[in-house]
Amino acid sequence: MAAPQSRLNIYDAVAANRWRTVALITVFTGLLIALGYVVGEVFAPGGGVAMVPAALGLSGVSATASYFAGDKLVLAQSQARELAAGEETQLRNIVETLSIGLGIPPPRIYLIDDTAPNAFATGRDPKHASIAVTRGLIDKLDRTEQEGVIAHELSHVGNHDIRVMLLVTVLVGTIALLSDWMFRSFAFGGGRRGRDRGGGGIILIIAIALAILTPIIAMLIQFAVSRQREYLADASGALLTRYPPGLASALRKIAADKEALEVANKATASLYFANPLKDAPRAMDGLFDTHPPIAERIRRLEAM
Amino acid sequence: MEILIPLVVIAVIVLFVIGLYNRLVTMRQRVREAWADIDVQLKRRWDLIPNLIETVKGYAAHERQTFEAVTQARSAAMAAAQSGSPEQRAQAETALGGALLNLRAVAEAYPQLQAVQEFKDLSENLRDTEDKIAFARRFYNGNVRDYNTAIQTVPTNILAGMFGFTAEQYFEMTDPAQREAPKVSFS
Repeated sequence: MAAPQSRLNIYDAVAANRWRTVALITVFTGLLIALGYVVGEVFAPGGGVAMVPAALGLSGVSATASYFAGDKLVLAQSQARELAAGEETQLRNIVETLSIGLGIPPPRIYLIDDTAPNAFATGRDPKHASIAVTRGLIDKLDRTEQEGVIAHELSHVGNHDIRVMLLVTVLVGTIALLSDWMFRSFAFGGGRRGRDRGGGGIILIIAIALAILTPIIAMLIQFAVSRQREYLADASGALLTRYPPGLASALRKIAADKEALEVANKATASLYFANPLKDAPRAMDGLFDTHPPIAERIRRLEAM
Repeated sequence: MEILIPLVVIAVIVLFVIGLYNRLVTMRQRVREAWADIDVQLKRRWDLIPNLIETVKGYAAHERQTFEAVTQARSAAMAAAQSGSPEQRAQAETALGGALLNLRAVAEAYPQLQAVQEFKDLSENLRDTEDKIAFARRFYNGNVRDYNTAIQTVPTNILAGMFGFTAEQYFEMTDPAQREAPKVSFS
């Protein structure tokens, strides 16, 4: 299907992402059904099946909501405001020019008033896309470095990564919420029912195990998905500008900048160009990283 | 049952051919859309030129030759857009780019002009437009390459021959800035 050239074909990436979206929604729905079923069994033996439609409904509603309004939610949470016409002309020119090179309509541009240099893109497809950059990115990076970062973000837009990331972010949030709610129910109601019934011990153990495991599984998927995606966006971004050193130099500057981005949180961190939280390394580092190590990203760019 | 098997085989083949045909149409459509991107930016460049010349004239009225060269190149480019092939058009636009570069080199010699806000805005607009032309061209050529490869390789080449899909032309502009850069010095 793909042309035999080394060019990364944006249309192939889009097709691959369509399948990934379907696969992700399937996996998340499966997790939700398992959670729902077990919860039902705990509270009323034989009632697990009744919980399945509820779980499906919840997953459907949250997926639909995130598809249509997730970008606005993320932008509002990041306290981003849309640029007025004539403001930050250079940034706007960079975005427009690179969008032409990628063959997508220029996304809407938002500004986050924070001195930590960072950026992210969000939306459901290139026609409904937004790109947000921080004040620090404009002030601290020069033009070629900004071009590198913008090209990286635009390739997320162009190959529909933004949709996958948005869905994943919101669905992970839903699962976290649900398992949290399960724990509360166990704590307040589970014991009493357990005494009435006697035989529900194993189900209860499975339920607790699931309540612990599903959010972890969900998060691992999210991180694995986003890490792999960053390398890809680096590569196609560098291909777009034809100047990998610009992006590499931007990464170096951002790595050296110790400031954390205050408006970012655990849920939105994986959307950003570089990890905005600057958190201290943990024992499980690597597995729980939202971003690949910057040194490795630079190394790959320099090898191009 | 025996009748069913050849029917299924035929149905599969027909679906396969329809899929290939639709793919070719999609790719040709992408080439046309990409062409529209270039067109928009080339026109934007034409539109900037009259104002640019007027502004420079105010400070360097006697550089008549340079102005005329740009105006002529612009008309030639507009004429090529009306009737020419992409190749002829690319040639005319390359010539226009060269003429504009000369105009900018001339303008360098007038410090008062450099300080005029309108001139600064126009120069920046021109530079931005030329960047956009470069990127639009690259996107177009990438799509042409994918499309041309498809109509020349098996199995799509058979369909392309049957339904008259012909190869599209690349839009090649040699970068005037690269060629002429050494000229601008010591003035």
